[in-house]
Amino acid sequence: MIAQNIFFSILALLIIVSAFKVVTTRNIVHAALWLVLVLAGVAGQFLLLGAEFIGVTQILVYIGAVIVLLLFGVMLTKASIGDEENINMPNRAIPAVIATLMFAVMSYAIIDSFRGEKLPKETVTNAAIVSDSIFSDFIIPFEAVSVLLLAALIGAVVIARKETA
Amino acid sequence: MSVAQYLLLSSVLFCIGIYGVLSRKNGVMVLMSIELILNAVNINLVAFSALTDNIAGEVFALFVIAIAAAEVGVGLAIVLLIFRNKQSVDLSEIDQMKG
Repeated sequence: MIAQNIFFSILALLIIVSAFKVVTTRNIVHAALWLVLVLAGVAGQFLLLGAEFIGVTQILVYIGAVIVLLLFGVMLTKASIGDEENINMPNRAIPAVIATLMFAVMSYAIIDSFRGEKLPKETVTNAAIVSDSIFSDFIIPFEAVSVLLLAALIGAVVIARKETA
Repeated sequence: MSVAQYLLLSSVLFCIGIYGVLSRKNGVMVLMSIELILNAVNINLVAFSALTDNIAGEVFALFVIAIAAAEVGVGLAIVLLIFRNKQSVDLSEIDQMKG
């Protein structure tokens, strides 16, 4: 339990600092690389919670695929390698106030309702348990997701192709 | 391990993502901030799954990951189309439909 808390704190610190850098840095490529650290930290939290299949999927799909897609987007929109001048809204105080107020409300609600609730003794849910659930209880949502992925693939091709082609 | 620490971490991540979505002007940066928000949701789902010892939370987290991948694909296609038409991804310039 102590070791778990120590690793939770290290990963939480990594996630929060990196997430803050993602939304504040002026360099788009650096923001994508900080996002890698956030996603890796979240994958570590999943492993800490005993959800090993989600943790590995997080690394494969997010760090493997989504980051590469985002870097392609950075490259194809001709972002400069150095700092960008025109990347932030002129007035950033209002978003900061909104985010802070939102955090205040949410943290009050969380502490009020879940104070002292302990997680049960750690049980690892391996891929077999997850797949049993997907292919029995959640088979229809699973098929719907596969159709959705196909639709997103075709939609992305249709949107992004050149008109003349 | 209390469940509140995971929920607080996820709400911090969520609020940082909200700040990013509202304060960034570049379309790709807004997509990155949306990824932060989706990850906060996933931490919540997995933490509640561990709390209630119910596998449904983890399955939903997997669905969220799959849909996030689809979302970023379509989102980047839209950003690329905007860039091709306007030679910039500045979201404050996209106001043709403003009344």
